[in-house]
Amino acid sequence: MADRSFEVSRLPGFAFTAVTVFLALYLPIFTLVFFSFNAGSVLSVWQGWSLRWYVEAWQNDVVKGAAMRSLLIAASASAIATTLATMAAIGTTRRRRFRGQTAIYAFINQPLMVPEIVTAVALLIFFGVIKSWTGYQGLGYLILAHSAFCVPFAYLPIRARLEGMDLSLETAAADLYASPWQAFRHVTLPLLAPGIAAGAMLAFVISLDDVVITEFVKSAGQDTLPTYMLGQLRRTLTPEVNAISTALLVLTVLLLTAFFLVNRKKD
Amino acid sequence: MSPPPRLSEAEDRQRRAATRNGWLLSAPALVLLFIAASGPLLIVLVYSFLTPGKYGDVSWEFSTSGWVGILFSRDIFDDTLKLADAHLTIFWRSVKLSLLTTAITFALGFPTAWFIATRPPKARALWLFLITIPFWTNLLIRTFAITEIIRNEGILNKVLLAIGVIAAPLRIMNTDTAVLIGMAYVYLPLMVLPLFAAIDRFDMRLLEAGYDLYASRMQVLRHVILPIVRPGIVAGSILVFVPSLGAYVTPRVLGGGKNMMIGNFIELQFGQGRNWPLGAALSIALLIVVMLAMLIYVRAATKEDTPHG
Amino acid sequence: MIKITGTAGPILSVNAAIMARDVTKAFGQGETALKALDNVSCEIRTGEFFTLLGPSGCGKTTLLRLIAGFEMPTAGQILIDGQDVTGQPPNRRAVNTVFQSYALFPHLSVAENVGFGLKMQGRPRAEIAATVREMLALVKLEALAGRRTGQLSGGQQQRVALARALAPRPKVLLLDEPLSALDLKLRKEMQVELKRLQTETGITFVFVTHDQEEALTMSDRIAVMSAGKIQQIGVPREIYTAPVNRFVADFIGETNFIPATAVPGGAKLADGTVLPAEGEGSLLIIRPEQLRLLPAAADGALPATVESVVYFGTDTHVHLALEDGTKLTARVPSPADGHSGHAPGQRIGLGFAPGAARLIRE
Ligand SMILES: Nc1ncnc2c1ncn2[C@@H]1O[C@H](COP(=O)(O)OP(=O)(O)OP(=O)(O)O)[C@@H](O)[C@H]1O
Ligand SMILES: [Mg+2]
Repeated sequence: MADRSFEVSRLPGFAFTAVTVFLALYLPIFTLVFFSFNAGSVLSVWQGWSLRWYVEAWQNDVVKGAAMRSLLIAASASAIATTLATMAAIGTTRRRRFRGQTAIYAFINQPLMVPEIVTAVALLIFFGVIKSWTGYQGLGYLILAHSAFCVPFAYLPIRARLEGMDLSLETAAADLYASPWQAFRHVTLPLLAPGIAAGAMLAFVISLDDVVITEFVKSAGQDTLPTYMLGQLRRTLTPEVNAISTALLVLTVLLLTAFFLVNRKKD
Repeated sequence: MSPPPRLSEAEDRQRRAATRNGWLLSAPALVLLFIAASGPLLIVLVYSFLTPGKYGDVSWEFSTSGWVGILFSRDIFDDTLKLADAHLTIFWRSVKLSLLTTAITFALGFPTAWFIATRPPKARALWLFLITIPFWTNLLIRTFAITEIIRNEGILNKVLLAIGVIAAPLRIMNTDTAVLIGMAYVYLPLMVLPLFAAIDRFDMRLLEAGYDLYASRMQVLRHVILPIVRPGIVAGSILVFVPSLGAYVTPRVLGGGKNMMIGNFIELQFGQGRNWPLGAALSIALLIVVMLAMLIYVRAATKEDTPHG
Repeated sequence: MIKITGTAGPILSVNAAIMARDVTKAFGQGETALKALDNVSCEIRTGEFFTLLGPSGCGKTTLLRLIAGFEMPTAGQILIDGQDVTGQPPNRRAVNTVFQSYALFPHLSVAENVGFGLKMQGRPRAEIAATVREMLALVKLEALAGRRTGQLSGGQQQRVALARALAPRPKVLLLDEPLSALDLKLRKEMQVELKRLQTETGITFVFVTHDQEEALTMSDRIAVMSAGKIQQIGVPREIYTAPVNRFVADFIGETNFIPATAVPGGAKLADGTVLPAEGEGSLLIIRPEQLRLLPAAADGALPATVESVVYFGTDTHVHLALEDGTKLTARVPSPADGHSGHAPGQRIGLGFAPGAARLIRE
């Protein structure tokens, strides 16, 4: 406390509360990660370090299947969502304002406003009907559902990047004899790439994390990692769930870090 | 006066091309969202006016029983309607817990957001990253993490027992309190981020002006800071309140079977309850409440914006 | 619907690089529409340095964007090299633009920027490489060919933008205030540079500026614009010495205005004095440097009173009032010791350099 000058932005108890909040936020997560390395099979009784539960999870065919399914769905959904979101973002930004632009914007962001349980129920009914009509039971439904709710998450960073881009660059390209497609291919797309990467990463994370909609849409035997874990929570838990959680957590943190690095590079 | 100009053919073509391309490029996303997000909501609306089928699903006969069933239940013996207390309990719990969650996350989130916003730029980016990670981390994992803390044999009880604060473990799991703790824990980042955004724009020189005019720290907080960051408060509250009201995972994991919230109640109708129209009507009702909350938010946000330009 | 009609366009001449015929451009529709250009016609000759000069918001950029094809006219036609291009997209027009913000592609190198237009036209690689080298030599940037544009100084970016626009050898080069982002010294340098490039390449330049000095020193011809209309087109000397109306006289340089009536052989002032003046109209103009300060009793001089004297270094501004209250400013060279010898309240006589006074319309 060398500096006794009056600091205007200090408010009593705020710093203490904040630090406590951060501790409270991370303590459970660290505990979870910590016990994933437990040698014993009871959750909160520490019996020494071991990778046993990672090995068990890896050797568990159900877990492996769920993990593969999660990754497959997340990869497909984020690819689809990012492609469509990129097109929509270009459609709603790189031109003079047009009729219906606001409506498109609202419609694209609509999944962010509807409670997940409501969408889940809606898809349960709708896909149920389609399933009984067509007899198709595959992963397509999950991919379709995930693609849809990932669209706004991919759309927002891409649109933000586009809005920060000088429109006169495309004008200059057109002036230099580029057709609209050439202007897109040689100017817009390369400059937009970081935004697209960011959008794809967010979409991937969001898809990977989804529980509710997946739980309602999946057919028998289509568990993803989160729905598998939700099922496990009803039984006697072993640190296997901690191990799976930790793996997912690490993947998320890696993707987020990449997202921040990609986004930072632009300024 | 020259006549008001009319679009020339070339201008008109240019404008129409902009509109057409805008719609064409957006069309695939709109179609996807219509098929797998918005459109099915209409089916839910239709289902809410049908008759429950014997083994789940619906039979295609018009009925308002789904909507009536939200508040009333039919007596098995004399077929009279009476208020369904069990339903009301669930609604009341949902609203109560959502409001409490909003209040708690605000009480904890405001100092946190303030703290982050007043760090030096480098440190601020780090703190912000730290609050963003839980935001994007799997909700189920975070719920699971908090479960391990508050379980009967969890860390909390172990520590409290060890230091002798309590003699017997606290039984928190499967109570409203557990759900409340869980929701506050998982939704806290949703409160902090918009609050941070608002505080970040706040001009700290206004504080100097406040202190210069003899305000105490509490008076400055009450009369200068809170009114100015109000849009952030409203945004954060909506962002927490809306998912809390529709919460499904957290009450399911922490509340056990008995402490249901609306989300779980809706699921029940599609599972053991075998009353799809009721589930559909509840879904639509929840959607309407959420939309109203959003509307209030938009109103509040725009009202705040107009006088400042 | 009523069609906007205007005066017939100028007679088509063989050597017009650009022709605008009765061009109107309105932003917005109906009653709230804003006419950025109001029935503008002009002809830009092949090979000339043509300048659009006018205050902010008068429609200079709009006219340029219409020529380039970024905007379509509400009415009227644009011709490039005698061909009607109204309605054609910019990538089909043989004109190139140097943007005010330069709009260099940040993801491409200097050389790739310069070669962009040729690449889009599908020219062979070898030709592109050769032209790029030639263009970089022209703007003296050979050493920077491989650099990213973000690492260049303002002046260097300016040169890249010029080279990029010149590389496809356009019929016309459009430059929208290309020098406004540069500091004064660099600006002077680039003025010379631009003029040199124009002479060397022989390409028609259409140059936009709101700096009258820049316009006067660089242009072959100037169009002075105001409120969406062209007020006057002419060579610099004509624009300065024979402005057609008050706006042009006021916008180009400083001018004294004296109410007068046209009489045979000159202009009659309020006090009955008749001065020799050309032109017609009810406003007599005379530039401050053309006024002579004489002794009060001097022959044929107009009596005036000194109101204030402001020292400007090389010259001195003497603010005067005529008998009827009309205010004038005279600019006289400052003597070696800086004292002009005039003081407020002093009564003097005003003389006019021959041919200096001119009658114009309001
Ligand atoms: N896209 C547009 N939409 C609406 N109004 C516009 C648009 N572009 C220009 N205007 C208006 O048209 C008028 C002329 O604009 P323009 O840009 O041509 O002026 P300028 O002479 O280039 O001015 P400056 O020297 O400031 O660049 C201005 O009043 C401007 O506000
Ligand atoms: Mg302009």
